[in-house]
Amino acid sequence: MQPIAMSAKDLSVSYGDSPAVRKVSLDFAAKQVTALIGPSGCGKSTFLRSLNRMNDLIPNCVVTGEIWIRDQDVNSPSTDVVSLRQKIGMVWQRPNPFHKSIYENIAFGPRYHGVKNKKKLDEIVEESLKKAALWEETKDRLHNSALALSGGQQQRLCIARSIAVKPELILMDEPASALDPVSTSKIEELIAELKQDYCIVIVTHNMHQAARVSDKTAFFLNGEVVEHDLTHNIFTNPQKPATNDYITGRFG
Amino acid sequence: MAQSLERQKAKPHLVEEWVGKIYTLICILFLIITIVSLVYFVASKGLSTFFVNHVNVADLLTGLKWSPDGEPALYGALPFIFGSFSTSLLAALIAAPLSFCAAVFMIEIAPKFGRKFLQPVIELLAGIPSVVYGFVGLSVIVPFFRDVFPGQGVGIAAGALVLSIMILPTITTIATDALAALPKGLKEGSYALGATRWQTIYRIVLPTTLPALMTGIVLGIARAFGEALAVQMVIGNAPHIPRSLFESASTLTSAITLNMGNTATGTVANNALWSLALILMLMTFVFVFIVRWLEGRSKI
Repeated sequence: MQPIAMSAKDLSVSYGDSPAVRKVSLDFAAKQVTALIGPSGCGKSTFLRSLNRMNDLIPNCVVTGEIWIRDQDVNSPSTDVVSLRQKIGMVWQRPNPFHKSIYENIAFGPRYHGVKNKKKLDEIVEESLKKAALWEETKDRLHNSALALSGGQQQRLCIARSIAVKPELILMDEPASALDPVSTSKIEELIAELKQDYCIVIVTHNMHQAARVSDKTAFFLNGEVVEHDLTHNIFTNPQKPATNDYITGRFG
Repeated sequence: MAQSLERQKAKPHLVEEWVGKIYTLICILFLIITIVSLVYFVASKGLSTFFVNHVNVADLLTGLKWSPDGEPALYGALPFIFGSFSTSLLAALIAAPLSFCAAVFMIEIAPKFGRKFLQPVIELLAGIPSVVYGFVGLSVIVPFFRDVFPGQGVGIAAGALVLSIMILPTITTIATDALAALPKGLKEGSYALGATRWQTIYRIVLPTTLPALMTGIVLGIARAFGEALAVQMVIGNAPHIPRSLFESASTLTSAITLNMGNTATGTVANNALWSLALILMLMTFVFVFIVRWLEGRSKI
């Protein structure tokens, strides 16, 4: 059993008056992949975005409850969001590389966290790209624009970029849903690799993907967690009828 | 039977199509003819200074003295060219940072307040007639400069300041649109890496929108370059290159508006003014080309 990397306790999120997440409590173990599944609008993405306070950017979004990383409450107003986000990497549905070179994309984060030494930066860039399985494809053109990469490569670059700041967790919001099947399988392989070092929370609409990459799965419905168990159990022997209906494709 | 019905139905459509095509064609032809004849008119008038009156092109472009009534008559337009460029560039230099900051504030810092109140106010600035700007400049800026700096208060500095306020809305509006069009994911990506808001603005938002911001500046300069009335009211209109920013000077536009009433059509003096107009027009073309080029680069 791995130690808990992050845990949410009674987390609720609402946009104005409409609640999106209701009192969700979930634990995420280190070196494990947790998949969040559920129909559109069930609050899984909103929940994910709360974990690194990304919802701060949305006006009138209210988050209540506790999120703990070790002994730090993420959701406390006194938390330093900047250093918090350094501990939590995030990858979005659409790859969002900066309009800079491949090298500068990776170096962007570390630079702001105090790495000034050129040699050290070079090392970080190489290491991050290797971890994201992108080094072989890009080592000869590190200073070319990141926008010239393919969609799948851009997404791996975004993963490399988040690894570069040495996070403890990586949040992924449907990281492969905008990609072709080959790129998707590469991302999935990558997730299996990264699992050895990081706690990964992944939102996905693809049930097969959840079954393939995750150790545990949480099923969201109407802002609540219906069921949270080992992925194997969820997909072979769900305890709740709603879970069964969803994974067998009866709705959602 | 069915066929003839179809034909009857199809006909009004064809006519509509045809009428629409002809109508738009006429409009565009009218536009093209206007532009071409305008360019031809200005060019033929402006060039006749050189070909009919045999004034040397180099003398006009680099000559320091403008005295059509002198003996011999001299048509050195360099003071005007210098005045136009220095006031426009200086105005852009003052207005650009202000506009960027205003745009950043409106989009990034206080979007609600910015878009609802500030943007209409700034766009309002664009609608104020230039004579009002000139009048305000003449009654506020010029006396202020006269008190604070040596000289009469009029000059490049006063002209540039008035112009900078006039081009503020142009640059701000373009910068605001550029910032608003930035994909949301880019900013989130930066925040998620632990960058602060300022770092995100400085390192991601501004560099990514730079070509569009440059477009705004060039359009601002173009507008400043062509502005006549407001500048003429505050610049002093002495036809020589000033030794300081607070000394009376002239621009191409102010030279034309001031002198055109005093010259008779067909005379050298009149043609020389047309040459100034030609220079203005060619410069405008250059600005348009720069903007086109920048827009080509800003495609994401």
